[in-house]
Amino acid sequence: MQEINWVALSVFVLLFALITWLGFAAAHWRKGDLDQLHEWGLGGRRFGTFVTWFLVGGDVYTAYTFVAVPALAFGAGAAAFFAVPYTIIVYPILFLVFPRLWNVCHKHGYITSGDFVRGRFGNRWLALAVSITGIVATMPYIALQLVGIQVVVGALGISGSGWAADLPLLIAFVVLAAFTYSSGLRAPASIAIVKDILIYITAFVAIIAIPIELGGFGKIFAAVPPQKLLLAVPGPNTTGAYGSYATLAFGSALALFLYPHSLTGILSASSSKAVRRNAAMLPGYSFMLGLLALFGFFAIAAGVANLPEYAAGFKQFGNNFAVPALLLHSFPSWFVGVAFAAIGIGALVPAAIMSIAAANLYTRNIHREFINSQPTDRQESQIAKWVSLIVKFGALVFIIFVPTQYAIQLQLLGGIWIIQTLPAVMLGVYSRWFNDWALLLGWAAGIFAGTAMAIAVNLKPAYPLMLGGHTFPGYIAVYTVILNLVVSVVLTPVFNALRAGKLPMDQTAAADYLA
Amino acid sequence: MDDARPKHSGWSWWYLLFLLQLILVLWVPYYNRVEPSWIGIPFFYWYQMAWVIISAILTAIVYRATSR
Repeated sequence: MQEINWVALSVFVLLFALITWLGFAAAHWRKGDLDQLHEWGLGGRRFGTFVTWFLVGGDVYTAYTFVAVPALAFGAGAAAFFAVPYTIIVYPILFLVFPRLWNVCHKHGYITSGDFVRGRFGNRWLALAVSITGIVATMPYIALQLVGIQVVVGALGISGSGWAADLPLLIAFVVLAAFTYSSGLRAPASIAIVKDILIYITAFVAIIAIPIELGGFGKIFAAVPPQKLLLAVPGPNTTGAYGSYATLAFGSALALFLYPHSLTGILSASSSKAVRRNAAMLPGYSFMLGLLALFGFFAIAAGVANLPEYAAGFKQFGNNFAVPALLLHSFPSWFVGVAFAAIGIGALVPAAIMSIAAANLYTRNIHREFINSQPTDRQESQIAKWVSLIVKFGALVFIIFVPTQYAIQLQLLGGIWIIQTLPAVMLGVYSRWFNDWALLLGWAAGIFAGTAMAIAVNLKPAYPLMLGGHTFPGYIAVYTVILNLVVSVVLTPVFNALRAGKLPMDQTAAADYLA
Repeated sequence: MDDARPKHSGWSWWYLLFLLQLILVLWVPYYNRVEPSWIGIPFFYWYQMAWVIISAILTAIVYRATSR
């Protein structure tokens, strides 16, 4: 491993200390009674348009994304750019569905998707299915955030063997756990502002400085091998790489705001108007993500993979080391410290929100529903605080003891699982037509088929669907959510007939969905 | 449906702008090419980056048009 970069490390530690202080101080920001779950777990629903922009941006464009997307561009080329159409089409979905969801959740005091489904369809088992899917899909995602920290810590030159190797991660974890426990969602909201400013500075400096250094975009793209520059043109009787590219973008967009942490970010906004405005403002982050994807090509053009000083890093972290190596190669140490801090802190923000979101789900839709139905406000927020600790600890243990590859594969499965809550949550916002048991069976069919298909292709996202002599390679989440919908639609009249017209109560009224 | 507060409910023709962008960013065969490149950036990349900006503008237009 290379030597410790003291200047970069000092800047890194300094910025980390700053956000640690900020995380604790955040408890007093727009002060509320943190013994109430909606205060601890949703920041009291008090964040205006701009804070929501930083919070949701810091939440869904995670540190792992900033490392993994350029790494994919570095390794696989054009296919990595699916992240751009993905984060374009996600915003019309946000605009059309989630302001309605915000309204109804605000009106009824719902803080999770499970709460909404319980109220809308009156079926605790359907709500349980939605909640468990959310928790399970979130866990590996938290673990991957810690990978982001590992990569930059390694790139700073800190290495060790055995227990000492995990020490920086352990410190970051303790900091994260402590300020999340004490400040709730206010902590990541305030830290997100600092972190995003750092990320934007890094991205815009790099997108101007590095191409100048490398002799212009023409030279950079000329260095990219031709087979990586564009998607492979499909052969006869298949939609080939085009099909996987488009369905990956579409399916990921459908799934994104179903994740508990995304929903937590949205529900903490102060109005549905703030959510709608953010649909037009959040593409700012998509643009930056596109720039960062290009960093993968910069790393190819700079030839960092062949430089001896980065060989150990690539050996340890694989292509995930491409961006850190590029930054080390291109910038003075102090700026490297800023950039790495942006990535490291960038991991803490989503990890905090994810653990809060999972804790909210457990507290509301498992504990309150099945264990203690009449908790006091204080008990409820206390349970959530503890669960957020347990969730993070689980992620830490996972990342230390289990190969990273498993976390990545579980994260992939998580995307296929979480999209199965789409009919109940996203269509539920518009319609009560579906029968609750039909939705539950549709969910089960989607989960089962999705898992089986993913295993059949060795845990890759795309499955080559054969239909009438044609092959349609596509994102498993899209295929299986269609199956889920078909099952739900077909079984709805059947179950309604069995129930002879006695539907469970819908707590919500049509007006509750409107501003 | 509740008819006392009709705003933000139901269909607006402005939503067709969303459909337009959905088709144009997912129709991969159209943009999977190098030319016309711009300052050395192949069409594939700058086309999709340009759509990030256009989509934000379209969403802002739909927001304005449906807010009143």
